[in-house]
Amino acid sequence: MTDIVATPLSPRGKPGIHTDAAAKARLKARYGAELRFKWLGASAVGLAALFLLLLLSTIVTQGLPAFRMNYLTLPVDLSAVPADPAARAGFDYAGPVNEAVGAKFPDVTGRQERRLLRGIVSTGSGVILRQQVENDTSLAGKTVDVQVPLDDFADLYFKGLLAESAAPQPLSGVTVSGASGDVAVTFSDDTIARLARGAGAIEAEGGILRLTSGAASLLLDAGGGTVKLTEVGPGNTAKGIVYEALDAPVSTASPAVLRTITTPEASRKITDREIVWLDRLKADGAITNTWNTIFFTSGASREAELAGVWGAVVGSFLTLIVTIGVAFPIGVAAAIYLEEFAPKNRLTSLIEVNINNLAAVPSIVFGLLGLAVFLNFFGMPRSAPVVGGLVLALMTLPIIIIAGRASLRAVPPSIREAALGIGASKVQMVFHHVLPLAMPGIMTGTILGMAHALGETAPLLMIGMVAFIVDIPGGFTEPATILPVQIFMWADFPEPAFQQKTSAAIMVLLGFLILMNAIAVVLRKRFERRW
Amino acid sequence: MVFYILVLLAAVGVAGYFAGRSKAVTVIGGEVHKLHSLPSQHGTYVALFATLPALLALVVWGLASPGIETSIIKSRFAAELAGQGVPQIEAFVRDAKAIAFGGLVGFTDSTKEAAAAVYRSLHTTSLTIIGVVCALLAVGGFLYSYRNITASFRARHVVERVVRVFLIACSVVAVLTTIGIVLSLIFESLLFFGEIPVLKFLFGLHWSPQSAFTGAGTAAGEVNEDIFGAIPLFAGTLLITFIAMLVAAPVGLMSAIYLSDYASKSIRAVAKPVLEILAGIPTVVYGFFAALTVAPFFRDLGQLVGLSVASESALAAGVVMGIMIIPFVSSLSDDVINAVPQSLRDGSAGLGATKSETIRKVVLPAALPGIVSAMLLAVSRAIGETMIVVMAAGLAANLTVNPLEAVTTITVQIATLLVGDQEFDSAKTRAAFALGLVLFCATLALNVIALRVVKKYREQYD
Repeated sequence: MTDIVATPLSPRGKPGIHTDAAAKARLKARYGAELRFKWLGASAVGLAALFLLLLLSTIVTQGLPAFRMNYLTLPVDLSAVPADPAARAGFDYAGPVNEAVGAKFPDVTGRQERRLLRGIVSTGSGVILRQQVENDTSLAGKTVDVQVPLDDFADLYFKGLLAESAAPQPLSGVTVSGASGDVAVTFSDDTIARLARGAGAIEAEGGILRLTSGAASLLLDAGGGTVKLTEVGPGNTAKGIVYEALDAPVSTASPAVLRTITTPEASRKITDREIVWLDRLKADGAITNTWNTIFFTSGASREAELAGVWGAVVGSFLTLIVTIGVAFPIGVAAAIYLEEFAPKNRLTSLIEVNINNLAAVPSIVFGLLGLAVFLNFFGMPRSAPVVGGLVLALMTLPIIIIAGRASLRAVPPSIREAALGIGASKVQMVFHHVLPLAMPGIMTGTILGMAHALGETAPLLMIGMVAFIVDIPGGFTEPATILPVQIFMWADFPEPAFQQKTSAAIMVLLGFLILMNAIAVVLRKRFERRW
Repeated sequence: MVFYILVLLAAVGVAGYFAGRSKAVTVIGGEVHKLHSLPSQHGTYVALFATLPALLALVVWGLASPGIETSIIKSRFAAELAGQGVPQIEAFVRDAKAIAFGGLVGFTDSTKEAAAAVYRSLHTTSLTIIGVVCALLAVGGFLYSYRNITASFRARHVVERVVRVFLIACSVVAVLTTIGIVLSLIFESLLFFGEIPVLKFLFGLHWSPQSAFTGAGTAAGEVNEDIFGAIPLFAGTLLITFIAMLVAAPVGLMSAIYLSDYASKSIRAVAKPVLEILAGIPTVVYGFFAALTVAPFFRDLGQLVGLSVASESALAAGVVMGIMIIPFVSSLSDDVINAVPQSLRDGSAGLGATKSETIRKVVLPAALPGIVSAMLLAVSRAIGETMIVVMAAGLAANLTVNPLEAVTTITVQIATLLVGDQEFDSAKTRAAFALGLVLFCATLALNVIALRVVKKYREQYD
C-alpha cells in the first residue's frame, strides 16, 4: 500500500476512488491512527515500567543508608565492673558509657547539656557493653576502647539526612572576646551581615540581625573552639555563645571558618550543640561508619538504631516451614487425585469449582478463618508461626493444586499406558512414573506459591502476628512476627530513621523473593521436559 | 510428651515395615514371586496398621482435649466464677493455663493457682490416657496385620485403598476450607445481626463502631444500632476500586495488546519480566510506597494548584492499587487476546485493514467476553486488597465521591476492628466478620459472573 506514489489514471481518465486526493488523505489518517495506537500501547508498557522503576528506586535510595551505621569509639573505664558474676549481673553498664562520653567534652557541665550529650549514643549501649564483657570477662577492671552505636538522630546527621549544611566559608580578621560563655565577636568586613541576611536573620532595631531558631545556624570555628552566633551587628560585630570552649580568647585579628547549617534548628531533630559535638568527634576520628550488623542480627526495638530484621526473618522462615509442610503434601495429593483418579462426577466437579473459587478469595478472609477457627475454636496460641503457617497453607493450597494439575496433565499418556502395560497398578503407575516426571513443574509452582505466601501480610494481621516482639522466636508456638508485618509496623513509626529501616527491610524481603523466583526459573529451565 | 509419642509411633512404623516385609518373605520360603503382593507392600501394610489408628486417636485427642479440660475447669470453679462475664471467665481460664504450662500471666491469685493445679493434674491424666490408648492401638494394629500376612494376602489392595482414601481426604481439604470460611463468617455474622438489624447494617449511613460502647467494650454495655451503617464503607471501597480500574484497565489492556501484536521479541523479553516483577511485589510494599511517596506527592500537587488534598486521599490509594492490578489485567487480557485465532487477523489484514483496525474492529470484539471477565476479576481483586488501603487510605468513614478526600474501605475496617483485640465477643469485633461476609459474597459473585460471561458469550472459533 505504501508504494502508491503517483496517481495512475483510471481507464476513463479520472482518478479512481482509491487513488484520488481524498483517498490519500484517508490513507494518511488511517496510518496516523495506526501509529497513534501503536504508541499508546508502547506508552502503556512504558508507564508500567516507569511505575516499577519509581517504586524500586524510591525503596533503594531510602533503604541503602540503613545498611550502614555510625559507631562511636569510646575509651570506657570498666574498673567499677565487679569480677563476681552474680554482682556483675546487676551492674549498670550505662554509667561507664555515659562517663566516657562526658569525658570527651569535659567543659560540658550543665545538667541539661550533659543529658543532651549522653543522648548522642544509643540507649542500648549499656546492653551491648554488657554482652561484650560477658563474652570476655577479662575486660572487667580495665579501660577498653568500645564501639557503641550512635543514637538514630546522630546517625542520620552523619548520613546527611537530617540537616543540610553549606560549604564552610573562610573568614579573616576575626576576634573573639572570651573563651567560654557569651562572647562578642568582631569581623574585618561586612561579609558576616550578608551571610546573616542570607541565613534568614530577623532585622531588629539598631541594625541588629537576630539569628533565631527559625533561621539557618551560623557556627564560627575560631581559636580551637566553636561559637554559635546569635546576633549580628551593629556593623561588623556579632554576639554568640561558645558551644565548644576556645583555647583562649582571640584578641588579635586572625582567620576563622564559618559553617552554615542551612536547615533551621527549629525544623530539624538535632540541635546545634549536638552538631558541634558530633563534628568534633568526627574530626577526632572517633566515629566509624561500618556495615550495620545490628540490623541483621537483632529483633524489633522501639529505638531505631537497635531495631533489626533478624527476628522477623526467623519468624517468616518458621511460618514458611509450616506452610510448605502442610500445603505441599496436601496440594500434591489433591492434584494427583483430581487429575489421575477422580471419576467425572458432581462431587469432583464441585471440588474443582471450589478450588478455583478459593484461589480468588481475598486473603484477609483467610485471616478471618484463622481467627475464628484456629484461635477461637481450637484455642491455638496467638501470634504463633504455626497458626500463621496454617493460614498461609490454606491460602496457597489452591495455587499448588492448580500448578500440580497442570504439570501432571503435561505428562503424556504414553507414559501411563506403558506403565500399566507392563503390569503396574494405577497407584504404582502414578507414584513411580507420572509423579517423578511432573515433579519439577510441581516444585516450580510450589516455590512460586511460597513466594506469594512470604509477601502476604493481611491474614497474619488478623491472627495477632502484628504484636511487638523483641525476642528472636525459638519455636513454632512462640510469639513471632514476620517480615512483611514488620515492614507494616515500621512504616507506622514516626521516627525518620524507621523510614530507612522500613525500606531496608523491604529490600531484604524483595531479596528473598528474587531468590525464590530465581530458584523456580532455574528449576524450570533445568528439569522441565517438553514432550 | 506428644512429641515422644510421635517419635515412638514412627519407630513402630519403621519396625512394622521391616517385620512385615521379612514375614512375607519367610512365609513363602524365599520364593517371592509366589506372593500376591510385593514384600514391601506387606511391610507398608503392617506399618500403616500399626501407626494410623494411633495417629488418628492422637489427632482426635489433640482437637478435643483442650475444650474438655477447659469445661471441667469451668464446672469445678463454677462457684468462684459465678456472676462474672464471659470475657472474665475466658481471662481466668487463660491465666490458669498460663500458670500451669508457662506463658504470660496477667495477674494471679489463689483461685487461679488452684485452677492451675487442677489443670496440671487433668492434663497429666489425659496425657497418660492418650499414651495408653496409642500404645494399645499400635500394638493391636501391629499384631492384627502381622498375623494377616500370607502368600495369597492382598496387601497391595489394602495399601492402595489407604493411599486413595488419603488422596481423597487431601482434595476434600479445599472444600473443608471453603466450608470453614463460610461457617465461621456466617456464625459470627448471625451473632452480630442478632444485635444489629441487617437492614441498619446494610443501609445505614453512619459508621463509627470504635465508639460502640459506653463502657470499656464489655458485653454489659449498650450497643448503639445506628453506628454500624456500612454504606460509607461500600462507597469508599467502590470509589477506590473505580480509581484503581481507571488506572489498571487502560494501561493493562493496552500493554497486553502491544505485547501480543506489536512488540518485537527484544521488547517483549524486557517488558514481560517487568510486569511479572510488578505482580510479584508484596502488597505491603505498594502500601508503603503509597503512604510515603504517592500520597505526599498528590498533596503537594494539590497545594500547587490550590486544591486541598487529604494526606490519606482515596486518589493515592486508588492509583497505587491500580498499578498493582496492571499486571493482573495485562496477563489475563493477554491470554484472551492470544486465544483469538490467527485466521481472523489474517482475514482482516487481507481485506486491507491496518493492524490497529484489525485489533479494534476484529480482535477486541472477538475477545470482549474474556476481557470483560478479566476486568471483573480485577475488580474483585481490588475490592479484596487490604494492605495498600490499610496503609494509605483513611480510617474515618466519610460518605463522599470526592477522590481527594479520605475514605475508608471494608478491608481497612476489618483490619482495624480486629488487630490488637483480645476479646472476640463484642458487636464491634463481630461487625468485622459481617463485613468479611459481605466481602466474601461480593468477590464470589464477581467471580461467578466473570465465569458466566465467558461461558455465555464466548464465540467458538475452532
